[in-house]
Amino acid sequence: MWIWYVIIGFASGIVSGMGIGGGAILIPALTIFLDISQQKAQNINLLYYIPTALIALRVHKKEGNIEKKGLLPLILLAIPGTIAGALIAVNIDANYLRKGFAIFLLCMAIYELKKGYEKWKTRHSKDLNPASKAQIPTKKSESM
Amino acid sequence: MKNKKLVPIGLIVGFANGLFGAGGGTLLVPALQKFMKFETHKSHATALAVILPLSVISAIIYTWGADADWKIISLVSAGGVCGGVIGAKILNKLAAWWLNILFGLFLAVGAVRMLFA
Repeated sequence: MWIWYVIIGFASGIVSGMGIGGGAILIPALTIFLDISQQKAQNINLLYYIPTALIALRVHKKEGNIEKKGLLPLILLAIPGTIAGALIAVNIDANYLRKGFAIFLLCMAIYELKKGYEKWKTRHSKDLNPASKAQIPTKKSESM
Repeated sequence: MKNKKLVPIGLIVGFANGLFGAGGGTLLVPALQKFMKFETHKSHATALAVILPLSVISAIIYTWGADADWKIISLVSAGGVCGGVIGAKILNKLAAWWLNILFGLFLAVGAVRMLFA
């Protein structure tokens, strides 16, 4: 059903737009629910990302969230790695690639959850929890 | 000093993004926070900008010689563009710890599904 592709794209787009890894939703969804091969799903993710990121970046730029410092050297340095990775990906067995991707995601998940928990423990005034603000009325206002 | 750290970050992020067709940003966001001392929201937005040209290059290599299904790609992209605007707009409204937890949960669900499906 074609509508599933749009729904999956939409859900992944929200996550991608926030810069929190839409591919982590899109690729598993395509391979598990729609029975698309790992390489094909990765290819779809790469192509879908181009218009999705472009439109999200416009919003981020307007809100001043793009840090230009180091941006260009970082991109230039990443290009040889990207070419090497992509050439390996198109030439290896889909099953290995899939398992490798899953392990990669799992390691990142553990790291992120740990960090989120640490930050949650030391929440500051920027947090959206009204209770924590009410308890500390003399908090320094944060300059943005 | 800080700039030297860009070399391993760039190479590893690029390699992961090329190999897995995703996840470069997943690595880059914590790297920008930890080594470049970027604020959380800025790390997320900046990671998008770095990954964009990498995805273009990887997409060319992936699509070269493969039979890309343009119907699926257009449908997924149409949904993605709509979601992308919404995601970008709500990024600033979420507290940093929320971002980490949400991100972690998404990754964990995806990982477990792919390992055992």
